[in-house]
Amino acid sequence: MANLKSTETKTKAQSMGMHTEVLTGRTQQKFFNPDEAENFYYFGTYDVDFNKRTELDVKDMTATEVNKHIDNLMSKGYGTIVIKNPQGKHSLGVGILNKLNLIFEGSLGYFGMGSCDGPTVRINGRVGWSCAENLMAGKVVIEKNAGSCFGAAMRGGDLICKGSVGARTGIDMKGGTIIVGGDAGAFTGFMMQRGRIIILGNVGINLGDSMYDGTIFIGGKIGSLGSDAVEAELTSSDQDWLKRKLKVAEIGENFNVSKMVKIVAGKKLWNYDNLEPAEKKGAI
Amino acid sequence: MCGIAGLIHRGRSSNVGKELQGMLQALKHRGEDSSGFALYGDTDGRNFIMRFKVGENVGEGSSSVMEETSVYDERVKLVNANILSMGAKIIKEERILPYSLRYEVSYNENDLREFSRKIESVPGVEILSMGKSLEVIKDLGNAKAVCDRYNLDKLVGTHGIGHARMATESGVDIKSAHPFWGYPFSDVSVVHNGQLTNYWNNRRALENQGMRFMSECDSELIAVYIAQKMREGATLEEGMRDSLKGLDGVFTYFVATKDSLGMAKDTMAAKPLVLYESDDLVAMGSEEIAIRSVLPQEIETYDPYDGEVKVWQI
Repeated sequence: MANLKSTETKTKAQSMGMHTEVLTGRTQQKFFNPDEAENFYYFGTYDVDFNKRTELDVKDMTATEVNKHIDNLMSKGYGTIVIKNPQGKHSLGVGILNKLNLIFEGSLGYFGMGSCDGPTVRINGRVGWSCAENLMAGKVVIEKNAGSCFGAAMRGGDLICKGSVGARTGIDMKGGTIIVGGDAGAFTGFMMQRGRIIILGNVGINLGDSMYDGTIFIGGKIGSLGSDAVEAELTSSDQDWLKRKLKVAEIGENFNVSKMVKIVAGKKLWNYDNLEPAEKKGAI
Repeated sequence: MCGIAGLIHRGRSSNVGKELQGMLQALKHRGEDSSGFALYGDTDGRNFIMRFKVGENVGEGSSSVMEETSVYDERVKLVNANILSMGAKIIKEERILPYSLRYEVSYNENDLREFSRKIESVPGVEILSMGKSLEVIKDLGNAKAVCDRYNLDKLVGTHGIGHARMATESGVDIKSAHPFWGYPFSDVSVVHNGQLTNYWNNRRALENQGMRFMSECDSELIAVYIAQKMREGATLEEGMRDSLKGLDGVFTYFVATKDSLGMAKDTMAAKPLVLYESDDLVAMGSEEIAIRSVLPQEIETYDPYDGEVKVWQI
């Protein structure tokens, strides 16, 4: 939890009584300096061994119990955890701020793997709405389909769905990469601000609607473009990046990336310049 | 936020009452102000089954009032007299709760509008459903509570739809609970998750065409809208496709008839739906956990896209 401290700088808004404090906590300081490797992980994270493996049958557990069990296992040094019988439960695997190899043998409900920073996750099933929302770093791979709002507001890491995804994929995303092997629904990339979305199949209507920034690559047909989204030139460096990314993602390795369509924002709507913390981490 | 669920067995019957209870109970976190079932049971198809209420169960924000059982008794007498005056005959009479009844009625006409008007001319009386197979049961509380109160565990049939309601636009009472009967069509029912923004315009237009509304719940509009389209000659699927243009707002809804089950999703795809489809069973719900209550094993599911309409036959 970041410390909240008052600053001595008085702004006009403060003098008008609109503010009483300004965030000067951990995430606002130069905390994610790439030269300081020890600062890449949160305080209190566990030193885990990927070769130390265990299985957990969660059939009769609540989501809270499952997440506490995962945390407890990490505290004991387990670096590879296999979750059996998730059975579509919501909010599994959320808030993991740790290196971890996590495998779900089944499907997740809503908000699976939300607000994570660091784990490598494989879900041998399907996921519901808002999978990996606010993902900061790490890699999440879904073997089947995913629901709507896939990767909503994510800031970093790789989110991969080998099947098809619902509507509003990457809504409000601020970094990282979403890769979809199948189709995607309407409003893909809605209000995205940074990051990249790769869809190998078709997409629905209003692609990239109100996007501020970021890049969308589409391999199939586009239902329609949304406001402010325009087609851009697919460069050779784009193609190189796509090939590399698809190979790393173990998806569409032989896909003809030269035929993909590149979509970007047609207007400069953004007013920010500083890298997100997760992007600084990725810059190493 | 509400939860909806539906399932259809193709080529066989099952204990749909218990199955749908499990699906809705899994969704109770989406709302448990009221719960409702539209179940299509196995019948000989000779008589109409009429589920109706002669009073209300009243919760928060309801404009209705609780009344004495003696008031209900008087209404039942008037309903019985009206049934006879329509040339119909009561074959079986069950009083499930003081305010809730189930009749089997022999009636030879197919147009149920006049019949329904006559029954509902008794103040405080509402027909919840009428059909050769359909039975709509709805009341306050979560799915298990309603199921227990109405003994739905044993109901065997081919398909059904259900609703777990979090009341937002209207009060907590039976008249605002789902499912809604597609008045005046036999065996048509609707459940809905979402919000309709052109409710009043559509309602006024439909009322001018002779359709009736019993609540101020926007979801009732879908049932009446589809019923009106069918009255004009459209098939169920045509009516549903038309609704994507005629209804504004965000919605996912299910419609069921005697031999079919359909789903429609608005063009924004703003409301959730997870679908499982196989040769002998289709199950769908607002969340996958609803489907997992009847199919706990690993299954292939997906989210239908924006503007999708699907209809399955038994």
